[in-house]
Amino acid sequence: MQLNRREALLFSASAMLFAATSRTVSAQVNGGTLRFAPHSALRVLDPVTTSAYITRNHGYLVYDTLFSVDSASVPQPQMVDNWEMAEDGLSWTFRLRDGLAFHDGAPVTSEDVIASIRRWWQRDVVGLRLKAATSDIVAIDDRSFRFELSGPFGVMLEALARTSSIPLFIMPRRIAELPPATMLEEVVGSGPYRFLPDEFRPGVSWSYSRNEAYVPRPEPADGLAGGKVPRVERIDTIWFPSPDTAISALLNNELDIIESVNPDRRASFDGTDVKLVRKGSPSASTIRFNWAQPPFDDVLLRRAVQKVVSQIDYLDVAVGDPDAYQECGAFFGCGTPLETDAGYGDNGLHNGDEARELVAQSGYNGEEIVIITPGDVASFSTLAPLTQQLLTSIGIKSRIETMEWSSFLERRSRTAPVSEGGWNLAHAVFDSIDLLSPLGNMNFDARGNQGYTGFVDDPETEQLKNRYQGEPDPAKQKEIAEEMQKRAHDLVFYIPLGTYYQYTAVRPEISNYVTAVLPALWSLDKA
Amino acid sequence: MLRLVLIRMLSAVPVMLIVALIVFTLLRLSPGDPATILAGDAATPETIAELRNELGLDQSLPIQFVTWIGGVATGDFGQSILSRMPVLTLIFDRLEATLVLAVTAIILTVVVAVPLGALAAWRLNSWVDRAVMAMSVAGFSIPAFVIGYILMLFFSVKWELLPVQGYVSPFVDLSAAIRHLILPSLTLALVFMALIARVTRSSLLEVLNQDFVRTARAKGNPGRRVLWSHALPNAAVPIITVIGLGIAMLITGVVVTESVFNIPGIGRLTIDAILARDYPVVQGLMLFFALIYVGVNLLIDIAYIIVDPRIRY
Repeated sequence: MQLNRREALLFSASAMLFAATSRTVSAQVNGGTLRFAPHSALRVLDPVTTSAYITRNHGYLVYDTLFSVDSASVPQPQMVDNWEMAEDGLSWTFRLRDGLAFHDGAPVTSEDVIASIRRWWQRDVVGLRLKAATSDIVAIDDRSFRFELSGPFGVMLEALARTSSIPLFIMPRRIAELPPATMLEEVVGSGPYRFLPDEFRPGVSWSYSRNEAYVPRPEPADGLAGGKVPRVERIDTIWFPSPDTAISALLNNELDIIESVNPDRRASFDGTDVKLVRKGSPSASTIRFNWAQPPFDDVLLRRAVQKVVSQIDYLDVAVGDPDAYQECGAFFGCGTPLETDAGYGDNGLHNGDEARELVAQSGYNGEEIVIITPGDVASFSTLAPLTQQLLTSIGIKSRIETMEWSSFLERRSRTAPVSEGGWNLAHAVFDSIDLLSPLGNMNFDARGNQGYTGFVDDPETEQLKNRYQGEPDPAKQKEIAEEMQKRAHDLVFYIPLGTYYQYTAVRPEISNYVTAVLPALWSLDKA
Repeated sequence: MLRLVLIRMLSAVPVMLIVALIVFTLLRLSPGDPATILAGDAATPETIAELRNELGLDQSLPIQFVTWIGGVATGDFGQSILSRMPVLTLIFDRLEATLVLAVTAIILTVVVAVPLGALAAWRLNSWVDRAVMAMSVAGFSIPAFVIGYILMLFFSVKWELLPVQGYVSPFVDLSAAIRHLILPSLTLALVFMALIARVTRSSLLEVLNQDFVRTARAKGNPGRRVLWSHALPNAAVPIITVIGLGIAMLITGVVVTESVFNIPGIGRLTIDAILARDYPVVQGLMLFFALIYVGVNLLIDIAYIIVDPRIRY
């Protein structure tokens, strides 16, 4: 083959371009850096200002907690060395472990812990209860402090180990003394990794470096508890708006872990050596009614909808893969310490005839109800059409109004009638760790218009929560929780639609990945 | 020329003010609220009210507007409600990736599409013309994300030649920057090539039938010289218009390509900010985009004067 001068020039240029660009991507592997694709983008750094999961997960890398839950959701000591409850239950004393220090080198003292608690308990729902039950918190010395209570608070360890929605992270006093509405701009914790502020690109990427001074607990890692050993040198976190791009990047060895892979994308990894690990906490979809407005202020109509709902129908449509979902009528989560079927067997069973009978008995007069739904959130996409179909099947007219997420949140918080921009029925999707505690589970906020969306109004439930809060005996706690669940099923606080799992995709170079309710990136190794 | 530039710069001031007022009003009229987003799904009404107070959102709209526009006049575009970073820092941090991507795509487009369009016009109704037109139809018809994923599947996942995602600055590592730019710029270029090839073809077809082209041919000029030296400069005005607006469109709207290839550009920042109702960032971006359109239009006008001295302003 002969080339003329122009063709030879073109060929040479192409060859040079190829030489410059042909290094395969696998050459980018850096043994000391974990490349992680989270479920969402980090934009807010203050874990007290927001209840966003991504900010909480960031917090677990940077900050440490007094207690943490293990894989069985049982609180275990983390920064705390030992503790004691007084016989009358009115004071709790805690002592911190040796060697705890913040990333700026200052030791962690009781004053830092007390300031952190005082900022946290203004925002967290369980923290608010602890605040109300506390007469004072006293620093005994640099490492010891004591809660002095006005009444027993049996769920003290559960409160201090809160994983959701706002965990108690320990910060330096100078930072923790800022009001909770003032967002923190400085990220200083005492956790296994240090946040690198200069590399923070909100909504894009952010990084951490190993905290060489971190003193892990001696026990092996178990859930979020045990020894948090920061093994990899650095963690680069990259947000992918497109899940397909994230999967391609993992297959192309540009990523080590994808936090969340939907069950319907599992096939993308067939024939590869990528491991798919079922996430530690399943998602739980629900139907919520607006108790503040007709017609769902009528318990008979709520019961009618409850009677016609079959969890399996929703799970088949929304998830499809029976390996990835589970029917679950336990309001505090299945496979958790408070799991019970109380009330579900009596009220949660599908019966179309009874449902139509209940509609006839209720005050429903044929008005059109409004279902609101976010059009830009995948986990909601199949829920509203199926619910509308069920409502139609029992003679309830409805229309779906679709909006984007921020408008949906704002609309769902309104108690006004539909004619004034309100709503009648909406869905909510929870991570199951939000449901574990009768005090923290927002579905049991029964304070009417002052409470969580849906505006459930049931003073007796609030009384039951008070009883639960003061009860230190786990067996008695469970009895109260059962009573609460039975009541919630009877009055139809909301309708659970079953639970389903997502998966974490892990490249074969990663070992010792610990499954927890959120990504535990401190205990793994990278080959 | 200097007069034109000065007049355009002065006339940009009222344009920017009107844009500022419209954007501010539309944002406040739209449902949703940054405090609700910031507080999260589980927030209580008290938490949201506290945040609204902290963010100044409980003040009257005229006070909010005057505070913001007063800051802009002194070069302070405010802080992001979510990340607490200065708006200008966020915009300039994302600008490089989008600019580099847009310029690469436009260069690629112009280098390929203008000659192809010219060739199609020169060889009207030949197989070359039909091939170029078929490519144009395909370029228009296939969405950018489909082209992107197809390129990614073959060049990255199957053949492992190029990275799937990310952006590397050419000022940091030129080789890595080129490797990261090839697929996204090709994706964008394939779409814009279709547009520019078609405009070049139709614009040239009009010129090729004019007397001066016939005269140039009659004087014995070779065909290539007639095409490139006589016909194309006279057909350049619509082509320059499309290229100029293409640059502006690429800078302000490459959201899909940036998302597919995970490039941290200005398009993704815009969508993020709008969805989160991050008012200061959205307002700053819209002013910035208005400025880009004003600037690009000015450059197009200057280019008209250069390629066609008959044009006067």
